[in-house]
Amino acid sequence: MNIIVCIKRVPDTADADISIDKSGKDIDKSGLAFDLNEWDNYAIEEAIQLKEKLGGTVTVFSLGGEDSNESLRKCLAMGADDAIRLFDPAFAGGDGFATARVLAEAVRTKPYDLILTGTQAEDDGYGQVGVVMAERLGIPHVSIVNHIEVQDKKIKAHRELEGGLEEVVEVDLPALLTIQTGINEPRYVSIMGIRKVAKKEIKALGTSDLNLKPEDVGLAGSDLQLEKVFLPPVGEGATMLEGKPEEIAQKVFDILKDKGGVA
Amino acid sequence: MKEIIVVAEHRRGELRDVTWEMLSKGRDLTESIGGELSVALLGKDVKNMAEALKPKVNRVLLIEDPRLEYYNSETYEKVLIQVLTERKPVLTMIGHTAQGMDFAPSLATHLKIPLATDCIGIDPKDGTFALTRQIYGGKINAAVSFLKSAPQYMVTVRAGAFPVVEKAPLSGEVLTVPSPLTDEALARRFLEYVEAAAGEVDITQADILIAIGRGIKDAENIPLVKELADSIGGVLACSRPVVDKKWLPKGCQVGTSGKTVKPKVYIAIGISGAFQHVAGMKGAGTIIAINKDPKAPIFGVAQYGIVADLFKIVPVIKDKIKELKK
Repeated sequence: MNIIVCIKRVPDTADADISIDKSGKDIDKSGLAFDLNEWDNYAIEEAIQLKEKLGGTVTVFSLGGEDSNESLRKCLAMGADDAIRLFDPAFAGGDGFATARVLAEAVRTKPYDLILTGTQAEDDGYGQVGVVMAERLGIPHVSIVNHIEVQDKKIKAHRELEGGLEEVVEVDLPALLTIQTGINEPRYVSIMGIRKVAKKEIKALGTSDLNLKPEDVGLAGSDLQLEKVFLPPVGEGATMLEGKPEEIAQKVFDILKDKGGVA
Repeated sequence: MKEIIVVAEHRRGELRDVTWEMLSKGRDLTESIGGELSVALLGKDVKNMAEALKPKVNRVLLIEDPRLEYYNSETYEKVLIQVLTERKPVLTMIGHTAQGMDFAPSLATHLKIPLATDCIGIDPKDGTFALTRQIYGGKINAAVSFLKSAPQYMVTVRAGAFPVVEKAPLSGEVLTVPSPLTDEALARRFLEYVEAAAGEVDITQADILIAIGRGIKDAENIPLVKELADSIGGVLACSRPVVDKKWLPKGCQVGTSGKTVKPKVYIAIGISGAFQHVAGMKGAGTIIAINKDPKAPIFGVAQYGIVADLFKIVPVIKDKIKELKK
């Protein structure tokens, strides 16, 4: 089975104290660590597990500058066979739709049975790239997948719905699945593992390599434009419990006694 | 006439909350732009839902077909391509849910309609719409606009983002739209629903829940919080990342894709407060949040907040409670 995985390198903001940059259109990324988008980490792991079981190849695509090679190399170290980076200055300012168009044109150049993407990206959170790609490629899709069973020329996939419910569907191959976190346990990549793939070539393709026109990509090819970013309004906000740890603990106990009936 | 169409979301015979939320917001929007509100209802034997929707809209577009008994992206797309091509609504609203995320992007692509996903704000502006979205896991809001002027726009709407405001009922008519579906084979087929395995402990029944999130960092740190929970007769719960890493079973997960809980007291430890989690616990009587990031969104929903390193403060709280309970 030949599998294509599309990944993105994103800033890790889950635990970071983030602030808005001078442009007012993005966050200040200077002090942030970057890593493979969490959903994509599960997608690449799923692809490699399928390859280990069924044979075939795993090819990874990512749209981004040279920094993205770091995430592509992580995928190679995890077991991907090939990595291709899509970059062009004209890609700047692209939204989820424009990104999907570039990725769709790029994967067209490769034979595939299955395409995996993450369900969404941690940074812009559009949650649309995979589904748009499938439509552009004219193949069926299943989104928010948390379990896969490959059968002959088709896949049985579980979709995660709300409230602990799952929907089981069957889809003919070739198909595109968007992968939900928790579907597997992504393998750990050691520094040695990264070193082993350090010399492997990562090909870069641009607009002219991909049968795309400059007006199809970047901001020009987008539906949306970002006007400004701002901190979410906090609402009423919490009463902050302050003081020495023992004093805070006493206050927590008082609240538990008062509101929770703890005796 | 400017029309706004809301695509109704229902599952297992019930209209989902996001449908009413979109209709409430859709009504506001039609009033500001001087248009009419319609709801597209796709299903098998769903006339009872059409009746329930009538007072909220000018028009129910009812598409009934046995092939629409279960949601399927392919059948939904075929039907909605026909509806949106014929009616040309200025705005189509779809839930940013497991269902809407699955068909809105391909529908918009097919019809070349500009799409903005996961909107928490939608405001008419110069013949188009100004949107608010959240980025970086809800830590930052973004004001976004459609880049080009277009005859039609599409948005997916975050569940819970818009309140349901009661207004004078409308006298909606039910307009039956013939289904374009045939017996043509589909590349994707619905098989069944399955429920996630139930946990040993039912967290929805607990009076006190102690919930942990990404901030717990490692499975070996969980006993620290478990001890705190035991000391006050509380039950351990968690946010999504803890289940994704298999540190606690799915039955412990609070949030959109897990359980909705309403305990007397909810202590959120190392949980940033992504909207998916908040949706499952905002109904708690009292919420206490412990997080080292003073800007964590959890402090916006909690009544009490503690900005601290959980590994330092939790043991102190635990010891204090043990001491005071003696």
